[in-house]
Amino acid sequence: MIIAIPLDETKQDVCVSFGRAPYYLFRNTDTNTDEILTNAAAQAQGGAGIKAAQFVVDQHADTLLTIRCGENASEVLLAAKICIYKAQKGSAADNLKAYDEGKLEKLESFHPGFHGAV
Amino acid sequence: MKIAVLSGKGGTGKTFVSVNLTAVAPHATYIDCDAEEPNGHLFFKPEQTQQTEVYTMIPTFDGTKCNGCRKCVDFCRFNALAFVQGKPKVFPDVCHACGGCALVCPTGAVAEEKRGIGVVSEGLSDGIPVISGILNTGEISAVPVIRAALRAGNGENTVIDSPPGSGCSVMEAVSGADYCLLVAEPTAFGFHNFRMVHKLVSLLHKPFGVVINKTNGVYAPLEEFCANHHTPILLRISYDAKIAEIAARGDIAVTLNPAFAQMFTSLWERIQEEATA
Amino acid sequence: MKKLLILSGKGGTGKTTTAAAFIRFADARAFADCDVDAPNLHLVTQRQAAPQTYDYLGSQKAVINPDTCLGCGQCAKACRFEAIHKAGGVYTVNEYACEGCGVCAYVCPNGSAALTDDVAGQVMLYAENSTFVTAELKMGRGNSGKLVSEVKSRLAQNAHDADLAIIDGSPGIGCPVIASMSGVDMVLIVTEPSVSGISDMQRILQTAAVFRTKTAVCVNKYDQSPEHTDRIIRFCKQENIPFTGRIPYDSQASAAINAGRSLADVDCPASRALKAVYQETMKLLNEVNA
Repeated sequence: MIIAIPLDETKQDVCVSFGRAPYYLFRNTDTNTDEILTNAAAQAQGGAGIKAAQFVVDQHADTLLTIRCGENASEVLLAAKICIYKAQKGSAADNLKAYDEGKLEKLESFHPGFHGAV
Repeated sequence: MKIAVLSGKGGTGKTFVSVNLTAVAPHATYIDCDAEEPNGHLFFKPEQTQQTEVYTMIPTFDGTKCNGCRKCVDFCRFNALAFVQGKPKVFPDVCHACGGCALVCPTGAVAEEKRGIGVVSEGLSDGIPVISGILNTGEISAVPVIRAALRAGNGENTVIDSPPGSGCSVMEAVSGADYCLLVAEPTAFGFHNFRMVHKLVSLLHKPFGVVINKTNGVYAPLEEFCANHHTPILLRISYDAKIAEIAARGDIAVTLNPAFAQMFTSLWERIQEEATA
Repeated sequence: MKKLLILSGKGGTGKTTTAAAFIRFADARAFADCDVDAPNLHLVTQRQAAPQTYDYLGSQKAVINPDTCLGCGQCAKACRFEAIHKAGGVYTVNEYACEGCGVCAYVCPNGSAALTDDVAGQVMLYAENSTFVTAELKMGRGNSGKLVSEVKSRLAQNAHDADLAIIDGSPGIGCPVIASMSGVDMVLIVTEPSVSGISDMQRILQTAAVFRTKTAVCVNKYDQSPEHTDRIIRFCKQENIPFTGRIPYDSQASAAINAGRSLADVDCPASRALKAVYQETMKLLNEVNA
């Protein structure tokens, strides 16, 4: 399966923003490979969450670990049957470990749109 | 004649001036284009009010006709569309209603439906038509509501109460005006923002004049600026706690204070002279 | 870093005056002006050096090449924003009305209409011993939400070791206000005791409620109408909104601002009252969990 995580400029830590994270990590647990891709949605004027969610869907992710997620983005992700878990501030590696150990909770609460804000 | 009242800075007295000017002007209609925070109706308290919904057109997708090409999603510059479960999906709060997705669809799978974003409320206050554009909270752009409010007014004379600032809402509100009245506050903040609207009306080549509101002595920077730019100052209104109290209550000063009524009548006459000069 | 945002709904109630005083009372190391349509905070904050200035690219805007335009008018017909009109036989785009949707470029038969980058404003960063970010949106531009977010993110990037940030917001309830609300710990609404002030306060409270951010209210120029001040206080009590105090109308306040000084730098009834409001507000802010 493929797990997606938004990364900040360090390319190692989880970004606090979902839509405007500069990079995304896609871990393929079947092949045990990692891919870090630039998130085109980071520069969007508006609808960044939607565009980022589309990006995650198009990369065939099954699971997303994120600190937060907007309502619009969550609609796209949930329609594509992606499981969303609440990540903790810190490294992506720590979050993947926590997810493996079943320590992460499902993300159930989604925030309203920020209309261009981060 | 259509007169737009604007200010740059908020709280200088646009609504105060617009309402009182409408109340003394002959055959005048009041249009509140500050659709985010409309206040004129609080003073006019219009009766026999009718609400007309303002809507934009949002796309709908016919799954049976959609061939999954995603041209619509790729075209949308606002990222209002996503493609999930084999069908495009629109996010109405992000959609700008440009109609682009319907245009690019090769199979005719995109139709459009109405989505309400606000209302235009029309009523009468002592024979004066009062029109207010009211944006629904949570909506981001007041422009379509302002446009609809302006369209609803067709009297001999119109006073347009504009939003604060110099952004796209203000541009829309003053677009059809014959004359612009800039309400300036004689303070550092007021003067700074006044210069922005001064630039705006100059850019739009609108004839304009200034009302300085809440004066307490002479504020030199503003007076000098107007003199240097040959911008006429049509009226200076002194700060008066009694008038502030009348306005705070939601009453119209010209109906209670004859000196005030005379002041605004003279202002109306001055505007006529300036605009036809 | 705890973030306090100052809003009002109605314009002219005293947001910037309040923000400037709070910044000085708190000796805040980070502050920003998110009223990008009509910024004023820089007029009462003393800065020594010139700022670093960054162009802010807004949405792209359409431009029609007059040399190749055929005058067919397809663009004007297709434009939903009434942004294209004929002038001298060719068509031209009104940059103030254009929303950058790309429809005109799509329908143009020979590529005369195209989208280009548009500098919609500027961000100014002052980074001396405190960090101050402000911006100005070019006139007629929409989409100020993204510019507001630029201001906030520059503030976050440059002031990461500050423990308090004070943000001066804009009037209204539209996108610059909504954008400024995201991620703040508390909103203080500065209102005025008038029917307009109350009506606008209610609309901004409605807007803020969606974000579930802690919100408090204070009244400026309260003596202009004690009756309406009481109404506001009762409303806050009813709605369980903390009321952090009232400030009297004070002509000395205007004089200070006009001289480029914040109320924290003068001693007058308004400044004393504002200090009390500041203390009440900070008490609440400190109770908010990080």
